[in-house]
Amino acid sequence: MLRFENVGMRYGVGPEVLRDVNFSLAPGSFHFLTGSSGAGKTTLLKLMYLALRPTRGLIHVFNKDISVTPRAELPMMRQKIGVVFQDFRLIDHLTTVENVALPLRVSGAHRVEIDEHVRELLSWVGLGERLDSRPSTLSGGQQQRVAIARAVINRPSLLLADEPTGNVDDRIAVRLMYLFEELNRTGTTVVIATHNNVLVEKFGHPVMHLNDGELTIQRRRAPRDSAST
Amino acid sequence: MMRRTDIPFERDQSTRFLPWIVALMVFLGTLMFALAMLLASAVDAWDSTLTGRMTVQVPVQAASRDNIDTLVATIAATPGVNKVQAVSDTDARALLIPWLGEGVVDSGLPVPALIDVETTPGAKIDPVLLQARLEEKVKGVGVDDHRAWLSALIDVARTAEVLAFAILALIASAAVIAVVFTTRSGLAVHGAIIELLHQMGARDAYIAGQFQIQAMLLALRGGIAGGLAAALVLLLFALIGRGMDAAFLPELNLSPVKWGLLVLVPAVAVAIAMLTARLTVLRALARMP
Repeated sequence: MLRFENVGMRYGVGPEVLRDVNFSLAPGSFHFLTGSSGAGKTTLLKLMYLALRPTRGLIHVFNKDISVTPRAELPMMRQKIGVVFQDFRLIDHLTTVENVALPLRVSGAHRVEIDEHVRELLSWVGLGERLDSRPSTLSGGQQQRVAIARAVINRPSLLLADEPTGNVDDRIAVRLMYLFEELNRTGTTVVIATHNNVLVEKFGHPVMHLNDGELTIQRRRAPRDSAST
Repeated sequence: MMRRTDIPFERDQSTRFLPWIVALMVFLGTLMFALAMLLASAVDAWDSTLTGRMTVQVPVQAASRDNIDTLVATIAATPGVNKVQAVSDTDARALLIPWLGEGVVDSGLPVPALIDVETTPGAKIDPVLLQARLEEKVKGVGVDDHRAWLSALIDVARTAEVLAFAILALIASAAVIAVVFTTRSGLAVHGAIIELLHQMGARDAYIAGQFQIQAMLLALRGGIAGGLAAALVLLLFALIGRGMDAAFLPELNLSPVKWGLLVLVPAVAVAIAMLTARLTVLRALARMP
């Protein structure tokens, strides 16, 4: 699914923010990504969702070495990766339905199919009453749920979430985690970057821990522990 | 109801001016194209009117009936001549009226006799040789194939025509530059959304297509306005031209086909705007990972 080999990353001429990162994620695995602020979590996620190219090392996504993958093939690969951004990145002028529908529109899905799936998912995340609302009228938690719905609407093979439960109360956080687990059960590989140790402990999936740009993997009592260093 | 575009172009201030710029370009472009077509048709008209025609001029003192008959018979016997006709004194004087006025012409001004010669299409008669032969019959006869002044006139008209097309090309270039800057500004303003779409797996063509549609709508608005304004000006000129009686001025009326061709100017402007926007976006996106 995803393999990093001796990956290093630096911005410009600055110091390396990631050093010799080695890991692989098996299809259908579930991992937490932890680390203090500035440890390189967001950079690692950006490398995973192909927004950055490493300064050294090799990255294989869906069994393809991205350094030699033609640029024209990358959009198809990105369509199989769902991302929940820490700052949500909802588009202000679009309604809730339109925001969530974006990945489907981008991948060329039929309008009727888009409408049906989007409404169903939004009802599931408790936003069935806010279908035509603009992001600016939603609370932080509601915006986060829209961002999550947008990331999962396409049933991605790989779901990457940066602090997806940061702005919601514990009840909604657990509910969202169940959504991620549900997706994981249907075959989606999930990586969740979080500071929430309660959730990490409660759900018990393996933890990829970043400390000053170096990655270690801590195995736990995950039902499908398939990470390897 | 899903939106047409994911990018909120209506919030982009820089796009406000594009329809005005395109309107101005289309207005000037349409006038230039019309001018080029008018000049081309004027040149053709002058050329076709005078090609294949010669005028033999007989001095007043030699313009007797016998001399003219002799000259007509000599000319008619020349290979390549299709038709020869002596111009009546009344007709010859009538030709001078636009230049000298009725009073002067009717005041007994001596007018040389004229013989109108029409050559067979494709035939080439050397006016110098013909003149030499006619002078053997009647001294002082002149042969004019109108080439001397017509070629100078055609040269001027052709130069003006080339100039009009060059200006048209400059206008098109200016339109391209305006669209490039507007599109680049749009890329900068909507960078975050473009990055998001890119990350979701939007192909470059998907994003470029949105800019292309926006450029089309803006250019269409400007193109229609500019085209209509130019059409009004041309109609006005046509009306003015209808009242004028200037023999050698080009016809200011355009044929229906040429009016149809003028519609191409806004259409081409829209196509240029769409293509420019698309290529600008594709070029910018190619720099993304």
